[in-house]
Amino acid sequence: MKTLVYVEHDNQHLKDATLATVTAAAKLGDVDLLVAGSGCKAVADAASKIAGVGKVLLADDAAYEHQLAENVAPLVAGLMDGHDAFLSPATTTGKNIAPRVAAMLDVMQVSDIIGIEGDKTFVRPIYAGNAIATVESSDAKLVITVRGTAFDKAAAEGGSASIENVSGPGDAGLSSFVGAEVAASERPELTSAKVIVSGGRALKDAETFQQVIIPLADKLGAAVGASRAAVDAGYVPNDYQVGQTGKIVAPEVYIAVGISGAIQHLAGMKDSKTIVAINKDEDAPIFQVADIGLVADLFQAVPELTSKL
Amino acid sequence: MKILVPVKRVIDYNVRPRVKADGSGVDLANVKMSMNPFDEIAVEEAIRLKEKGAAEEIIAVSIGPAKAQETLRTALAMGADRAILVQTDDQVEPLAVAKILKAIADEEAPGIVMLGKQAIDDDSNQTGQMLAALMGRPQGTFASKVEVSGDSVTVTREVDGGLETESLKLPAVVTTDLRLNEPRYASLPNIMKAKSKPLATKSPADYGVDTTPRLKVTKVSEPPVRQAGVKVANVDELVAKLKALGVA
Repeated sequence: MKTLVYVEHDNQHLKDATLATVTAAAKLGDVDLLVAGSGCKAVADAASKIAGVGKVLLADDAAYEHQLAENVAPLVAGLMDGHDAFLSPATTTGKNIAPRVAAMLDVMQVSDIIGIEGDKTFVRPIYAGNAIATVESSDAKLVITVRGTAFDKAAAEGGSASIENVSGPGDAGLSSFVGAEVAASERPELTSAKVIVSGGRALKDAETFQQVIIPLADKLGAAVGASRAAVDAGYVPNDYQVGQTGKIVAPEVYIAVGISGAIQHLAGMKDSKTIVAINKDEDAPIFQVADIGLVADLFQAVPELTSKL
Repeated sequence: MKILVPVKRVIDYNVRPRVKADGSGVDLANVKMSMNPFDEIAVEEAIRLKEKGAAEEIIAVSIGPAKAQETLRTALAMGADRAILVQTDDQVEPLAVAKILKAIADEEAPGIVMLGKQAIDDDSNQTGQMLAALMGRPQGTFASKVEVSGDSVTVTREVDGGLETESLKLPAVVTTDLRLNEPRYASLPNIMKAKSKPLATKSPADYGVDTTPRLKVTKVSEPPVRQAGVKVANVDELVAKLKALGVA
């Protein structure tokens, strides 16, 4: 099977989510990569070094600068004559583009896969991760999004793929990019962090969140996450949100502070290797999934923990 | 302009789904069902656009069993003007749903089709994007802000790194994210009024759409159960555990 993998990037850097998708694609067959963007040669160079890649297709055009689905989907659909499967990381970029590609090819997409059981058989979570479905596609071509935390990352070095320029229909003239507000963060990226410290509604306000959660995260070199309640209350920006509607994470250690453990939150973090919960309510559902629980007032326990680490 | 709002009847988001013992699916018998939470947000946004004068008519549509009527009545009680039920007892996949919606959009010519970003049962997050592709129209997915001006709509989208704003030519497809708005509750008088609002019943065949699934679900299983953990008595014990994990 010949697969085409969508490279997630910001026109300068290749994003890690791509590497897990390459691993998934390699289980199906030969892997080609598509870098669509503007002034993104550096990304194609980085992509060509990923181990196990056949070739890198580079579509460098102003129309692809912001990876608008209306412009990128026809480019991908056009490249599918020579490929049997299109795989994309299940990031917001992938989730935006891939279904548009699938409909253009008249195939059903398989979303957010966590396992591959055969050429056309995949495993994916449904009902916020409360059930795991095995599905078999009957379509001639496959369109798949891949959950990054479910597959190992392919080695970013060691490959020497050739880079080939490709072009598509360009600007569809339907949409335009107006602007972006990128949340500044010098911490490890949430979806690839080894340790995550996450705060919930119990943190009271933005200032308290900063005072309690951030020093602990700094001490552990951890990324910072949050429950939906904490985001809705304005303690942190929405891209910190972990859960069914936010980011899906699976770090080595997930420390949930003042988070009750609603099923929508658990959907985003219950595949973490070790879950630590600090909550003053000993009946909080989070303790049913936590490997290590501490029933305590977080305003005393967390600063004490930070100082003793 | 008209706004078309597709809504889905799903298991209530507070219910913990139970996997059937024979692995054939999730047990939905005698389980509370509700409107998909993202679709409530879509209905609310459509109503707000109508209240601002940006839209004249809101048409709610649902594809599913006869009981999906209840979901449509909820949308009517919130403020939708009329409803279309495309009745079928089959499981309809996002691609087939998108094809039915495309046929309805061809008839109704809405300026905006407003959908939820994903249904909380299949967690696919596909229908809106597929519909936009079939219609050949732009898509504003994961919207947290929607502003109509003239012949375009500006959509602020929730993306991984933060927010992104795009301008889309109308007609367009918009999918709603959680933070777009706080859906209103239907008042009792409005629930009564909704009973007399028009609701047309159709079938997938009326729109010439084949709903045969492309994906065969061969097995549905419980997720792996986490092993019972331990509770520590104090911070010192927690520190020791974290050190043992190599974190600290």
